[in-house]
Amino acid sequence: MIKKGMWVQIHNIILEPEERAEQVPEDTKKVPLEMWVKGYLKEDCKIGEECEIKTITGRYVVGKLVGEGRRYEHDFGEFVPELNEIKVRIEKVLEV
Amino acid sequence: MRDMSYDGVMSRKNEIMKKAVGIDYNKFENEGIGFDYEKMMEDGAYSLEEMLKIQGDVSVGNTPIYELKNITKLARKVSKTGKSARIFIKDEACNPSGSFKARRAATAVYHAKKLGYKGVIAATSGNYGSAVASQAAMQGLKCIIVQECYDSNKVGQPEILEKQRACEALGAEVVQLTVGPELFYYFLRLLEETEYFNASLYTPFGIAGVETLGVEIGKQFKEKYNRLPDVVIATQAGGGNLTGTARGLIKSGCSEVKVVGASVDLKGLHMASDKDFNKKSFTTGHTGYAMPFATMPDRSDVPRNSARTMRYMEEFLIVKQGEIFYMTEMLAILEGLERGPAGNTSLTAGFALAQEMEDDEIILIQETEYTGAGKHPMAQISFAKKNGIEVRYGNPEDEVAGKSIILPEHPSLIKLRKFDLDKIRKSLIKNHIKNVDKEKLSKEDIKFLCDECNRDEMYVKEILKQL
Repeated sequence: MIKKGMWVQIHNIILEPEERAEQVPEDTKKVPLEMWVKGYLKEDCKIGEECEIKTITGRYVVGKLVGEGRRYEHDFGEFVPELNEIKVRIEKVLEV
Repeated sequence: MRDMSYDGVMSRKNEIMKKAVGIDYNKFENEGIGFDYEKMMEDGAYSLEEMLKIQGDVSVGNTPIYELKNITKLARKVSKTGKSARIFIKDEACNPSGSFKARRAATAVYHAKKLGYKGVIAATSGNYGSAVASQAAMQGLKCIIVQECYDSNKVGQPEILEKQRACEALGAEVVQLTVGPELFYYFLRLLEETEYFNASLYTPFGIAGVETLGVEIGKQFKEKYNRLPDVVIATQAGGGNLTGTARGLIKSGCSEVKVVGASVDLKGLHMASDKDFNKKSFTTGHTGYAMPFATMPDRSDVPRNSARTMRYMEEFLIVKQGEIFYMTEMLAILEGLERGPAGNTSLTAGFALAQEMEDDEIILIQETEYTGAGKHPMAQISFAKKNGIEVRYGNPEDEVAGKSIILPEHPSLIKLRKFDLDKIRKSLIKNHIKNVDKEKLSKEDIKFLCDECNRDEMYVKEILKQL
């Protein structure tokens, strides 16, 4: 249960596969057009259930509750040995 | 009750857009196929003086220019002739939101505020999102950014996830969607719901905002080096960067500077494909945008696009993903500038082009962008590897977008690839006359086609004969 007033993300299906635009390629046509947005939860709600949020611009949006908080998961990735090598390689060229 | 279905909302497109950009595009239309581009830019945008004032008030522009002496030295070392032009870079990452897009956003948000809109919306997965968010924060408007961000497994492109973070950090609401051109449908719904201003990338003020970049180039070079650069290279996607820069150069009396475009080669990847979406290591500045926009500019989110590349671009260079990652590292290692990879598309093209020029000539790379989590070669290459893309050293010529990223075995393998602009001009003309009888084109129509291609009547008539 997530408490009213928490900062949450919700999810919605905007277009079902059969509603997708004509020009969309085949692989994309097989899946729905989905949407996520964040805001303050209006009432206590369980994850996966329908709820209403108030976004930062003051819009009210209804959707399925995804979860609380706003951890960003993107990062600098794994160590890439190939990138590390660039310095060594360039220095060699400059030395010659 | 309004019809909120796809077809229902799309049928209200013109009405929604007219309200959301405050421009009646009809008044610029000619009788035939064309429209009065210069009148649209004059009426719709601001004068150069006004723009310099608007941007100056929000600390946008006046970014420094550096000479890349060590990269130039390396270019001379590996060039076939032993010669290379001097390479300079304009550090647009110094703008408030970390890219040149702050210029476009500053004028668009200013305009929205002047017209009394309460907020702005922009449909963008790129640096323009954080630029609009930053300017909206500065100028006190609400802001919604609509991103195409995830594939159907909710895997987000790292670069776009970073833009989401940046926009939210700047106080904007970020609406994220899965892959597909119907983003535009949802964008229209939001415009209708909020009655906010459409801070489109392609309005006259969006493009005119970049003119100051061209003006600064001329001014800074004259002041510091007592001469102009011979070539300016701009990364090319929707075309606004190149169009605005070229117009600024022309307006400030620097029309002798050759303007060159550069894009990342993503041939073979479908831009609206769910499966291809996360196989790209570059989400902008690539051929997937550059080609369609150059050959059909009016495909954007406004009736007439103010970015019209083919009126200004004199050469178009294609670079490979592996080459850009390599150049991004080179910029950090040799010049002490850690900048985002997408902004280094034109740097990569410049490194190759410089080697065809003389030692006393000058190339200016007209942008850089900020770097950080997600927007970094390490983040992008790790992501590519996870998506099954082969990463290795070799000849970048062998790179196949979506299958491999090939880092150049030797810097001399960063090659100049000139795209045949006549092919683009031909498609552009073909697209313009698609719905009309080519035998019935008026004088005004022909003149429009000449302007669109930046070529004379003879050239256009010859192409028309071939079509």
